[in-house]
Amino acid sequence: MTWLACASLGFAAEPAALSRDQLEKAIKIDSLTIPTPGELFAALEKPGKPDWASQYRTPIPMTYRNRAQIALNLGGLIADGFIAVEAQDSQQVKNIGTDIIKLAKALGVSENVLSRGNSINEFAENSEWDVLHEELEATQNEVKTSMQTNRDQDLVILVSLGGWIRGTQAVSASVIKNYDEQSGKVLRQPAVVSFIHAKLNDISMELRSDPLVKSAGDQLTSIEKLVAFQSGKGPTLEEVKKLNDAVGKLMDEIQRKEDAK
Amino acid sequence: MKLRVLIATSATLLAAAFASAETDDEVQAHKQVLDLTGAFTNDGFKLRDGHWAGQLKPKDRAVVAVNLYAGNQYWFSAAAANDKAKKIAVDVYDESGKPMTTETYNEGERASAGFSPTNSGQYFVAISLLEGEPSTVCLVYSYK
Repeated sequence: MTWLACASLGFAAEPAALSRDQLEKAIKIDSLTIPTPGELFAALEKPGKPDWASQYRTPIPMTYRNRAQIALNLGGLIADGFIAVEAQDSQQVKNIGTDIIKLAKALGVSENVLSRGNSINEFAENSEWDVLHEELEATQNEVKTSMQTNRDQDLVILVSLGGWIRGTQAVSASVIKNYDEQSGKVLRQPAVVSFIHAKLNDISMELRSDPLVKSAGDQLTSIEKLVAFQSGKGPTLEEVKKLNDAVGKLMDEIQRKEDAK
Repeated sequence: MKLRVLIATSATLLAAAFASAETDDEVQAHKQVLDLTGAFTNDGFKLRDGHWAGQLKPKDRAVVAVNLYAGNQYWFSAAAANDKAKKIAVDVYDESGKPMTTETYNEGERASAGFSPTNSGQYFVAISLLEGEPSTVCLVYSYK
């Protein structure tokens, strides 16, 4: 890389291994420890670009009243935004951007988040796909920051969970369509699920006893096992199908609204 | 487009500073590391919006857990708030704590490590202050 020509560039001599204690005490934060759906999608694209448009879902209701359900769906919508960016579909990005803002407004987030909607529209209009990746993540982080400011910090992990479930649903479905062991390797993410699960156990008892949150927490236990296959070995087609069924079932619960118009 | 990215980055810096009441040194270290990662962005890498900032003593290191995907390329970059830090280093370890071979870049108070995992899963990124006075450092990463 020419931009580093003036500095010292090379391959590092290997430092000493980290101790178990150092691994256990490692810093874990949402904004770095949980990958974005965009990172997952980028990895899947390496062998060949999947048909991302086939992973669109029908629009979800915008009339949820339960704040936990809104937070979970907000995360799912942000993952949908990444799918539309991968598909390089301007109109779909703009539609999802509008829905993200609608759900964010329902949670009473700050004006900063609302202005992100305009940026998403503008970048989509100009087909600035790389910038849209960063804008979508920035929107998600802005939503989370606003939640923390509004003392809704317990909802933050639900946004991450919704995004992870929807992203994994799309990727597992795509792997099933064109199965090969190598592509399936991207689905190995036990530490992500374990981290989200641990954070869910830290939220208030009141929110934890919400039927949807409780159900999500229970289902994560089995989902964690489905993404914990051996390092270096990809999952079988059958294992990917099981994972897709599990995250699909949870996603259905998250977006279900009996009286939605 | 670059102007808009710059405006967006500035807005992110401001928002981060206000939202989490970051210290001046943390804001400065974040600014320094974003300056370093600009080169990666030009090379097609997408920058994560999140970051970690904190203080390191000499010979001390901070270890941050990340989850990476096989097939992607990553650059982990760290910078100190000022040149009181004479030399920092960034290293990557797998989930068992074993050091990974990385492409490295070092320039005094700024450093990066490039890594392409062959297995998806949890990894650990260590930022070390090898030489200099106690300093505030900031870590970000980019991927493609």
